[in-house]
Amino acid sequence: MRVTEKIIEGLLWLSALITILVTIGIIWVLLSESIGFFKEVSIVEFLTEKEWTPLFANKKFGIMPLVAGTLLTTLIAIAVALPIGLTIAIYLNEYAHARMKQIVKPMLEVLATIPTVVYGFFALTVVTPFLQQFIPGLAGFNALSAGIVMGIMIIPMISSLSEDAISSVPRSLREAAYGMGSTRLQTSFGVMVPAASSGIIVSVILAISRAVGETMIVAVAAGQQPRLTMNPLVPIETITTYIVQVSMGDVPQGSLEYKTIFAAGITLFVFTFALNNLSFWIKKKYQEKYD
Amino acid sequence: MSKKHNKLEAKNLNAYYGDFHALKNINIAMEEKNVTAFIGPSGCGKSTFLRTLNRMNDYIEGFRVEGDILLDGRDIYAKDVRVDELRKEVGMVFQKPNPFPKSIYENVVYGLKIQGIKKKSVLEEAAEQSLRQAALWEEVKDKLDKSALALSGGQQQRLCIARALAISPSVLLMDEPASALDPISTAKIEELIYELKNDYTIVIVTHNMQQAGRVSDYTAFFYMGELVEYNKTKSMFTSPKNERTQNYITGRFG
Repeated sequence: MRVTEKIIEGLLWLSALITILVTIGIIWVLLSESIGFFKEVSIVEFLTEKEWTPLFANKKFGIMPLVAGTLLTTLIAIAVALPIGLTIAIYLNEYAHARMKQIVKPMLEVLATIPTVVYGFFALTVVTPFLQQFIPGLAGFNALSAGIVMGIMIIPMISSLSEDAISSVPRSLREAAYGMGSTRLQTSFGVMVPAASSGIIVSVILAISRAVGETMIVAVAAGQQPRLTMNPLVPIETITTYIVQVSMGDVPQGSLEYKTIFAAGITLFVFTFALNNLSFWIKKKYQEKYD
Repeated sequence: MSKKHNKLEAKNLNAYYGDFHALKNINIAMEEKNVTAFIGPSGCGKSTFLRTLNRMNDYIEGFRVEGDILLDGRDIYAKDVRVDELRKEVGMVFQKPNPFPKSIYENVVYGLKIQGIKKKSVLEEAAEQSLRQAALWEEVKDKLDKSALALSGGQQQRLCIARALAISPSVLLMDEPASALDPISTAKIEELIYELKNDYTIVIVTHNMQQAGRVSDYTAFFYMGELVEYNKTKSMFTSPKNERTQNYITGRFG
């Protein structure tokens, strides 16, 4: 008995260890390869140069156009997902009957199971032509459609996590609000949403982090033209798209072009890592405050 | 002594949670500016009845009522009654203090703000008056912008009372308001109830016989969803007419 206990404990420890080692390994590869890159291109140039043309004859290594593309699509996605997701969360929590909730919630989660490449083609072949009817200047590849569809993709993330946050607000607070003569709307926005704000913020940050890292939708629908712009109507390129583009191309391993992937990768990693830590910190800080 | 006007009345009231018959044919009339206590063992329907008086049970799925509840002669379950308006008239204090996670001041003026009152002087005056009425002003006047959650349990409950008073209801429903509090805080709440009945009609649910005896003018004894006995508190506690009432108030069951 003792021996089997020990073995099981060892196995559990090992699986935890493997996860940690893999993470460390990934960070190690990112760091070591990008150090090679930064030996040839200075960090100052990387951050201040306004063009990103590593694959051209006239090479320029400014990450900002890719960061701008990433932020632009993310911003559009959140602008779509936050109002819709939060509205759904409030509706499910405050207005919908239990049966309605049982039907709607799983249906929303289906949105999360659609492969992102399908979303990408949806953006390219449905949303863009549709939007072009209203916006004549809209290019075939653009940040707008990709951002909107990415927003649709992350709606369930926001609605589901926010709904959890709102429903974990003590029932007594809702009763207090109703007891004071609040309408349902006043109860939702005046009491429930503020009380659940930490959970809602966390859901948004996780959604942002998901949008920043999203690859297929933007690769298919947003174009592959690094451009330092906030104009949503023209083709752009995100960090993730660039990595896909180079990984699939015929760039020789070990070359400077090859190393740009890792420089872009570590930039992306810094973003998502910071966002995830921010959400962790907010969660921790506010949980202490309410309990 | 002239008879007081009936503030709240229930006529042939039945209430159900799904198939469960929670209140059985309740008939009762409560006078204005009196304290009526609801007593009875757990699950007897006293809290359910209290919560039908401001329709707090509306959002419980499967809950329904039959019969009438009249506030100043008007049926509160009538179709044209707006439940948020009703609750401004019939305030409520809950078993566990439930201040909003906001400042003390924001808690007290919450009800006024949702009515669209924005003028600072009006809000501040109402806040002070309500806090004074709830005997809390002296303790919190220097820290109105501090979080309400930093107050003690007893102070929080008086803050909840102040919050309810701020929107000047005419009826105050109290659902075991002192059951989560220590004896000193309980005594303060009871004193407060005694003060408040000059201006408000108070209905209080309590598990505590002595408390019912101390604070109420009338007592209603509920058992298994029925209103067994309803009388002046003095008469009820000295000479209960029903055997079950007697057994309950003397502590033989419940």
